[in-house]
Amino acid sequence: MDVLIGQLATGLSLGSILLLAALGLSLTFGQMGVINMAHGEFIMAGCYTAYVVQQIVSSAGVSLIISLVIGFFIGGAMGALLEITLIQRMYSRPLDTLLVTFGVGLILQQVARDIFGAPAVNVVAPPWLSGGVDILGAVVPKTRIFILVLAVVCVAVLAAVLKVSPMGRRIRAVVQNRDLAETSGISSRKTDITTFFIGSGLAAVAGVALTLIGSTSPTIGQSYLIDAFLVVVVGGLGQIKGTVIAAFTLGFLNSFIEYNTTASLAKVIVFVIIVIFLQVRPQGLFTVRTRSLV
Amino acid sequence: MEKPRRSSFRRSALAAGSVVAVTSLLLAGCGSKATEEDAANAESCVDTSGSTIKVGALNSLSGTMAISEVTVRNAIDLAVEQINGAGGVMGKQIQLVGEDGASEPTVFAEKAEKLISSDCVAAVFGGWTSSSRKAMLPVFEGANSLLYYPVQYEGLEASPNIFYTGATTNQQIVPALDYLKEKGIKSLYLVGSDYVFPQTANRIIKAYAEANGIEIKGEDYTPLGSTDFSTIVNKVRSADADAVFNTLNGDSNVAFFREYKNVGLTPQAMPVVSVSIAEEEVGGIGVQNIDGQLTAWNYYQTIDTPVNNEFVKAFKAKFGADKPTSDPMEAAYVSVYLWKNTVEKAQSFDVKAIQDNAGGVTFDAPEGLVTIDGENHHITKTARIGEIRPDGLIYTIWESPGPIEPDPFLKSYPWAAGLSG
Repeated sequence: MDVLIGQLATGLSLGSILLLAALGLSLTFGQMGVINMAHGEFIMAGCYTAYVVQQIVSSAGVSLIISLVIGFFIGGAMGALLEITLIQRMYSRPLDTLLVTFGVGLILQQVARDIFGAPAVNVVAPPWLSGGVDILGAVVPKTRIFILVLAVVCVAVLAAVLKVSPMGRRIRAVVQNRDLAETSGISSRKTDITTFFIGSGLAAVAGVALTLIGSTSPTIGQSYLIDAFLVVVVGGLGQIKGTVIAAFTLGFLNSFIEYNTTASLAKVIVFVIIVIFLQVRPQGLFTVRTRSLV
Repeated sequence: MEKPRRSSFRRSALAAGSVVAVTSLLLAGCGSKATEEDAANAESCVDTSGSTIKVGALNSLSGTMAISEVTVRNAIDLAVEQINGAGGVMGKQIQLVGEDGASEPTVFAEKAEKLISSDCVAAVFGGWTSSSRKAMLPVFEGANSLLYYPVQYEGLEASPNIFYTGATTNQQIVPALDYLKEKGIKSLYLVGSDYVFPQTANRIIKAYAEANGIEIKGEDYTPLGSTDFSTIVNKVRSADADAVFNTLNGDSNVAFFREYKNVGLTPQAMPVVSVSIAEEEVGGIGVQNIDGQLTAWNYYQTIDTPVNNEFVKAFKAKFGADKPTSDPMEAAYVSVYLWKNTVEKAQSFDVKAIQDNAGGVTFDAPEGLVTIDGENHHITKTARIGEIRPDGLIYTIWESPGPIEPDPFLKSYPWAAGLSG
């Protein structure tokens, strides 16, 4: 019983990590159709933001909260800069975008290596997040509960912003029909930059949270990039709810298969399931018409 | 896109687990044949007439392995500087020719060739990953030259042209198991990265466990660079073994130890013995997450002997007070001195003379007295179990009664009979 509870909690936790890593991507890739291979490096930027803030603010708890806020703006600024300097010039050339952003990712990794060194640095988790909570015999680390809560909050805020705020309405308008949106007086350039800012900022927020459970090293982003793309593709482009459902489904699948087989085999089986699923339903779980699919 | 982590292919070999033994035997076989043929033709171009003698240092100064191998190069530099300061080798000053292996086995082979045939060095010090060693092996055997290899590895190899100054399995893994058995450990859980070294190590551990009545409660491998350990830690927790044997490599250790601590597992309840975590890695994991856990090596910075204190002091004076000394660095430092002592015993820089005279050559190393085995070219080493303490350093809590004779093929262990097949 406690094993079952433990694996349910693991699945939920893994799902929330995948969700957090993929949420930003569901905006930039899902909504805008930009294949941004440097997304993982925005996650890394969040990790190192947490590290740097912790060097300045000694209290681990305070620095974590500050990092989440600062991280969002640093990641967002990096994303906006990338959009303005490079990506906006190649909206009609997805393959070039892929190559260019991959190169940017490599450069950012090397920059991190030059500044912080190649070995992993240590970000200390706040004392109120150390240890675990006993749930029906299974111990769930508090850090994972924090990440789950953070993921839910991020999704709720993002959904609310997209649904009710004027900015969110502009973003959705441009995604659904760029020409008509422009005719209605919406600046699609400004909207693109804003969308990219939010998407990249969310990646960095994920990075800050991930320092609680993993290592902070220059290649950290690479470990989450592929998973993040998988979640967005399975979820279907352009829908936040697809991303949410896909993230938790993959989390549960992975945790139960891994428990009954091995970590390596679980990855293989999950990949096979995804490939079969995409054969049956290439558009993913949910879909809306976006300009990338027109 | 998976990038090999810093120590990820430290000892990864060129073939899948079960064929490692066969392959290395084949390589050794081919090699020794080539040596006989070429030794006659390949006239060494080493110049011993002047007041200096050239030796090569071949380490990765760029690429993923640079972080580890640069420290090894530092240790070699220090040894050379000390030897030159004390009058050199047979009156000749050592001239070090440095090359960059760039973390690529093929580059290692290429640069080894260059060092031997165009720089005409008397010996080469370096290599870290098993793949780099395996790539250089035919070069050194073909040209009948000498390589000193300073990193602990998976064993099952013995080339007449290589001197192995790191531990083989019976000087690191087997003593760790002896220690656990002595402590009354009745069951083990094995966790490792999914490649050759952990799989080979775990084959040895399972054979040992079977012969000694230790139960293996579980065995799990994760892909290199894996960062989610919740399921594995859940498995470990519910298996309730007496101890965990950890052969994970690189960044995975960080995620593993954090998860381990957060679900409430402690070194008192279920200690973890690691074979790939040295002084440099402790900082990245965070000492609060790994405080009290165990490691198995042959050398720690904290060994309190006059020789080691001298070594640590010299190293810090040259490279900075914040730089710890670690096992592979010490082994590299030792390798230069062992070469010097062998040359002086042979009274010659000739490869054949060094091979003939190597057996029994000793050096009073920071880890204690080491002696070269003339048969398999490994060295005797004292095994040490260390405990990680809050200052981030590792302290010896158990050591073998004396230096252990190297046995790369585990021939002297009856329980290991089926392993190399």
